[in-house]
Amino acid sequence: MNISLRLLSVLLCVCVATLCRADEFADLVVKLNGDSFSEKTEAVGGLHRLDDKRVLPVLKAMQDGNLFVVAEAGQIVIGKESGEGYEVQSVLDNSPLGVRTKSQLEKIKINNGLRRELRSLVAGLELSAKDPDIRRQSAINLIKNPDESLRESVESALGGEKNQAIKSLLHVALASIDINSTDTVKRKAAVAILADAVQPEAVAMLEKVAAKDPSGHYLEADTELASTAEAALIRIQTQLGIYKFIENCFFGISLGSVLLLAAIGLAITFGVMGVINMAHGEMIMLGAYTTFAIQQLFPQWLEMSIIIAIPAAFLVSGAVGVLIERTIIRHLYGRPLETLLATFGVSLVLQQAVRSFRANNVAVITPEWMSGMWQINGALSFTFNRMYIILFSLAVLALLAFLLRKTYMGLQMRAVTQNRAMANSMGIRSGWVDALTFGLGSGIAGIAGVALSQITNVGPNMGQQYIIDSFMVVVFGGVGNLMGTFFAALSLGVVNKFLEPFAGAVLGKIIVLVFIILFIQWRPRGLFALKGRFVED
Amino acid sequence: MRDTSVLQRLLLQDKPGKILLGCLCGLVVLVPIFNLLVPADSFFHVPTYVVTLLGKYLCFAILALALDLIWGYCGILSLGQGAFFALGGYAMGMYLMRQIGDRGVYGNANLPDFMVFLNWQELPWYWTGFDHFGFAVLMAVLVPGVLAFVFGWLAFRSRVTGVYLSIITQALTYALMLAFFRNDMGFGGNNGLTDFKEILGCDLQSSTTRVVLFVVTVITLALSYFLCKYITISKLGRVLVSIRDAESRTRFMGYRVEHYKLLVFVISAVLAGIAGALYVPQIGIINPSEFNPLNSIEIVIWVAIGGRGTLYGAVLGALLVNYGKTYFTGGIFAEFWLFILGALFIVTTIYLPRGVVGVADNWLALRRQKRLLLAAAPVEQV
Amino acid sequence: MTQAHSAVKSILYLNGVTKTFDGFKAINNLCLDIRPGELRAIIGPNGAGKTTMMDIITGKTKPDVGEVVFRDSIDLTQHDEADIANLGIGRKFQKPTVIESLSVWENLELALAGKRNVFQTLFFRLTQAQAHRVDEILALIGLPARRDDLARNLSHGQKQWLEIGMLIIQAPQLLLVDEPAAGMTDYETMETAKLLKNISKDHSVVVVEHDMEFIRALDSRVTVLHEGSVLAEGRLDVVQKDQRVIDVYLGR
Ligand SMILES: Nc1ncnc2c1ncn2[C@@H]1O[C@H](COP(=O)(O)OP(=O)(O)OP(=O)(O)O)[C@@H](O)[C@H]1O
Ligand SMILES: [Mg+2]
Repeated sequence: MNISLRLLSVLLCVCVATLCRADEFADLVVKLNGDSFSEKTEAVGGLHRLDDKRVLPVLKAMQDGNLFVVAEAGQIVIGKESGEGYEVQSVLDNSPLGVRTKSQLEKIKINNGLRRELRSLVAGLELSAKDPDIRRQSAINLIKNPDESLRESVESALGGEKNQAIKSLLHVALASIDINSTDTVKRKAAVAILADAVQPEAVAMLEKVAAKDPSGHYLEADTELASTAEAALIRIQTQLGIYKFIENCFFGISLGSVLLLAAIGLAITFGVMGVINMAHGEMIMLGAYTTFAIQQLFPQWLEMSIIIAIPAAFLVSGAVGVLIERTIIRHLYGRPLETLLATFGVSLVLQQAVRSFRANNVAVITPEWMSGMWQINGALSFTFNRMYIILFSLAVLALLAFLLRKTYMGLQMRAVTQNRAMANSMGIRSGWVDALTFGLGSGIAGIAGVALSQITNVGPNMGQQYIIDSFMVVVFGGVGNLMGTFFAALSLGVVNKFLEPFAGAVLGKIIVLVFIILFIQWRPRGLFALKGRFVED
Repeated sequence: MRDTSVLQRLLLQDKPGKILLGCLCGLVVLVPIFNLLVPADSFFHVPTYVVTLLGKYLCFAILALALDLIWGYCGILSLGQGAFFALGGYAMGMYLMRQIGDRGVYGNANLPDFMVFLNWQELPWYWTGFDHFGFAVLMAVLVPGVLAFVFGWLAFRSRVTGVYLSIITQALTYALMLAFFRNDMGFGGNNGLTDFKEILGCDLQSSTTRVVLFVVTVITLALSYFLCKYITISKLGRVLVSIRDAESRTRFMGYRVEHYKLLVFVISAVLAGIAGALYVPQIGIINPSEFNPLNSIEIVIWVAIGGRGTLYGAVLGALLVNYGKTYFTGGIFAEFWLFILGALFIVTTIYLPRGVVGVADNWLALRRQKRLLLAAAPVEQV
Repeated sequence: MTQAHSAVKSILYLNGVTKTFDGFKAINNLCLDIRPGELRAIIGPNGAGKTTMMDIITGKTKPDVGEVVFRDSIDLTQHDEADIANLGIGRKFQKPTVIESLSVWENLELALAGKRNVFQTLFFRLTQAQAHRVDEILALIGLPARRDDLARNLSHGQKQWLEIGMLIIQAPQLLLVDEPAAGMTDYETMETAKLLKNISKDHSVVVVEHDMEFIRALDSRVTVLHEGSVLAEGRLDVVQKDQRVIDVYLGR
């Protein structure tokens, strides 16, 4: 009895305390819209002392000029510009309150003193935030805009920071403040720290210190410092060069794996069956639209949508592929040029069909777990979606190679494509094998569409952009050879990326196309040509 | 029979050719009369825009002829004819651009508007000479011809054939399209060349100029037809067919297949270039979308629908499909045109491998057979 | 032409020719010597490399190593198919290949000996003598009635005859004939043999055939090919008694 009473009283106390605090937050927020700037400053200081995770967004919004009072209700909200008006959000519980026009909102004004105050408070809060991403972002911001007045916050944050990566960022932030100080010792230390950093901003600061006038003398009075900076710069430049190279390779490989995904399906229909499927690009498009449709139909499963879309897109594009094979291509075996024309017709029809749904250029949402990146250091980071695409395309390739080489179905496919009559007489139903092979190629194109939807907009023409490139990959790698397709796709991707910086994207592409056109003259059957008699007829 | 003169060989044994020539003669005489002499309010007046439209169709017919020569007879499915057409068009467009002089928006007599806009100070070297009509015409022939020669020499020498060649020609077209879309190429970027004022001192908007251009197009079409016809009925034509049917057998007979292919490929490219040069002054614009690979494939479908390997079938197909296109894209069916075009691709390749001409042939043959049977029937009864 | 024959010692000379496909030796150290005016029969089991040997002679396939010499001095490995054909080597394929969408007459006209240059073909006019020659060959191969029919519509045997006709009208110095009798009746087979013997009076001829009656009728030197090299060579009756030949070919 006694105990329970005590418990009750304790509970009560806690409730009251939180209530009080909640009230305090609300009260202080209202005071942010006080009549004088001193009242506002006081409220800001009060908020800062609260241990409440709602404080940071409010102060940040205030600093950025995104804190508003709703005209008639007097309610204080955070606004985000959208279209004509602002999308607003309650400061108390972050609940969305819809869109308001400019005239319905009144901005909470701040003056320079308050702005300075806010900046240091916000920085302090951010640097001590629990979420490492916020801390990291804040450190990066500090490096970009070094601010003498924030030095203390940075120093204290450095003391408490456990995360090594963020710690080194903070060091750089500190150095970027110190480098502008008058104290030679501090500056020397700063240069030493910057010399180990690879952030572009750090490089810029070093460059400033090491700058020379036209006659070759340092602009910097402290020549010793300047020459250390210069030496450090040389070292950093080579380091940056290496990172740039790695990054180019990564981008190239990721571009290559997109090409690979787009081309694998083609390698089957063209390479294994000898069918030129000009509608291949539209199979990719169907896959991308399937992803979009799934996100529209099941918004609650957004995070899983991509995973669901992979089999779904395979089935949709595969089914369309089987349909095309049974109704059209079946009549055209042994007439490759005619197949090219007929499937081109199919591609026109599919494109126009999608266009009539008026779903041009829709954007597919990237799920949380696929966005973000793996930050290695200031100059090098790999985005997750590209890494997933690389892994995914390799997995698809491996699966396919297994299917073709090691399964009975693969054996049948190869048998039919190499000698139809013989396979028929051995009891293989070549019609179905053809349909399934074509369906497989198309289905893989659909999967490629799922991957592509993560990096570009989805539209009726998206297939067209990839079809010529995919053909180039297959032709370059050698028809009928998955290994060749793999190497061709990756090398074309990488070459394209390396050409881009000094030739531009378009010219780079032209160069690659011309290169392949010339390459075909040298090796008409591609890098990894199939050998044997039948290829000659 | 084998000692007949060239003209006899060209015309006498070619009934469809005679019909085609008749139609073209009719057009040359009638269109100018009904456009220029018949008053505008008369029922029989042919408006100038119709003359231009007809002229456009006939340019396409030349293009189709050019493709039929290499595809129908030699089996080279080039998906780059549209590019040769566009190159010819650009050559003519550059001449027309220079004729604008200082009448452009910026009034700069030395530079075309788009160059002024790009802040260029002087004319790029490759624009020199295009003030002269003769030079432009020469380029309209030479540029596609030389490109075809270089490309063909490389491709045919290393025996790139069949679908490989198609894909490579498509890549070439695509690369050219990308290149011409670039502003710093100096060909007007994605706006291309337009706002032409006059050709050889004649106002491009006037009916007389339009009619003259039309007549020139008709004559060019007729000449192109005879050129192609002559090639196909010569022994060279039979070598081409032989290459199409059995390329390596032809080699073992001692024919240098790559030379033959190269010759017709270049001729075909030149014809396409000429068609492009005739097209631009009538239409009044040339831009990089003419390089779109879709256009090149469309040419193939004209020929396929008309009937490949017949020449007149190609002309017929170009006229039919383009008339259909004008008809449908103008009306409420605009959205359906691509469906129709797509269906045409599918249906002709599967069900009409010899095109409209083949259908007509079959039908005529059937009728002849019936008549023979009917003629024979009474005899049997007796 | 007869003069040319007497001037050279051997019309075709293969020495140490080897050709490998993916590690498989289709032709293995092959040596062969055909003298001007000779008729030579070549036999051997399936896959012995007979067709591949012809591919090498006519430039379709390049040998890995070895000499292929035409008329004592011309190195055939340095020339391509068209060149070799123009040098005077004609070939009939194992699978009859005629130009399907040309008429019989046009097929012969195309093969007719003459200049193969592009512009010469463009302005080519058939002379009276050439037309006669075509008609003559047409009669020889027994197809005058099918003169204007498309080659596509001929029967298999007729296509064989047409191809032989095309070969003859091409007037090569050396004829390579791959399985001419396949698909012909016994009577026609004997006719073909007679025809080839006739031709060999002023041409050199190499014939590949599986039909022993045909080979016997040719009554010529026989070379037995096995696994890409020469197993035996001599008159048919001698070769037929050779134990190794019986083991690998005739005995089966
Ligand atoms: N291009 C090629 N690629 C791979 N192998 C080949 C090629 N050409 C020939 N071969 C192989 O070389 C061998 C010899 O073939 P070839 O056609 O010369 O035999 P053949 O003596 O003519 O037989 P047949 O009597 O059946 O006509 C065969 O095993 C064949 O498979
Ligand atoms: Mg053989």
